[in-house]
Amino acid sequence: MTFVKILAQGAIALLVAVVTASAVQAANFEVKIDNFTFNAQQVTVKAGDTVTWINHDDIPHTVTSTIMAFRSKAMDTDDKFSFTFTTPGSYAYFCSLHPHMTGTIVVEAAGK
Amino acid sequence: MTVHDHDHDHGDGPTRRKVLECMTWAGTGVLWTISGGVPHSLGLVDEANAAEAKGLTFLQISDSHMGFDKPANPNAKGTLEEAIGRIKAIPKKPAFMIHTGDITHLSKVSEFDDADQIISQAKLDVHYVPGEHDIIDPEIKIYKERYSRGTKGSGYYSFDANGVHFLGLVNVANLKGGGMGSLGDEQLEWIEADLKGRSASTPIVVLAHIPLWTVYPQWGWGTEDSARALGYMKRFGSVTVLNGHIHQVMQKVEGNVTFHTARSTAFPQPAPGSAPSAGPMKVADDKLRTMLGTASVTFKRGDKQLAIIDTPLKS
Repeated sequence: MTFVKILAQGAIALLVAVVTASAVQAANFEVKIDNFTFNAQQVTVKAGDTVTWINHDDIPHTVTSTIMAFRSKAMDTDDKFSFTFTTPGSYAYFCSLHPHMTGTIVVEAAGK
Repeated sequence: MTVHDHDHDHGDGPTRRKVLECMTWAGTGVLWTISGGVPHSLGLVDEANAAEAKGLTFLQISDSHMGFDKPANPNAKGTLEEAIGRIKAIPKKPAFMIHTGDITHLSKVSEFDDADQIISQAKLDVHYVPGEHDIIDPEIKIYKERYSRGTKGSGYYSFDANGVHFLGLVNVANLKGGGMGSLGDEQLEWIEADLKGRSASTPIVVLAHIPLWTVYPQWGWGTEDSARALGYMKRFGSVTVLNGHIHQVMQKVEGNVTFHTARSTAFPQPAPGSAPSAGPMKVADDKLRTMLGTASVTFKRGDKQLAIIDTPLKS
């Protein structure tokens, strides 16, 4: 293995490490709303991550935290709502129009 | 009770004859009478028979969803216009109209404007209760400004007509995660106080958007604290509960209480549990109007129960 090759591999490894690190710092998650269901119903993220809900139903829905930590407007078909979670904890939420629709976002401390 | 049950499609599409059978079946109103707590169909009636009914007659429309434009009905405005057109054509003018909620789809001012413009053509007083689609704006400002004058709390009220006592209830506000429709303590206390001192022979009619009996909890089709409200009505000889929300005709009798849900004027929804969700049901274009419609309710003095006739837009 030549010195140049080793150097190149090192650079790639460094690049991968940087990309991974930035992903850990602020990842994006998506929750789909289909057939009056939040999918996935439970999502685990790290503090600093952003969750985006997208409504695929023909009926409007909301994303409403049970402790009012976050609350979307009514989302019509294909509308999105994003929230960045900064504080670790378990966040239960529901659709305030169809309260039998429930979900949870679990937020873990960053860097774990 | 839906046309869905009569669809004997075996994959090669319904034959013309089958489609006609379905239309005949769904296209005619059914007149109900009740004796000994058991509902009996008096047979199929048409609008002419309905017009001959004597006593207090009022009309129920529901779930007009102004602003809805999805495949299940791209023209919800047009079908509401048709429904109002049919109401205008009834020979004997009803005393008034009730709207059991979801006037609009997204609580937009333009949607409320469209609804008012079309419904006012019937030239009838209208008593409204809100659906969850009417109180989407954060402060529920638009619905309250337009329809809640003189009401209590979240918009509930009562009135009397021809010796019948009507309660307009709100079971779509402040809903809790994991639950169904809810009346809340404040409204329940008001119901108790409102009924106190009234003679047990006074017929009671209750309007609310979400059914006050548990139709299908998996889809949230029920009201979690309705038992307390109905408890206050136990001593009354005749209680009729008129709901919307589920976009199909359903009826249930429990002791002195008759529960009834009306069709939507906008789009049909599936029978409980018959689809992955309660979302709008897309049916063949020529079938849509057989699954939308209005209800006419007649109360005859001396009769304990009210006669309810559901009439689809197309027969």
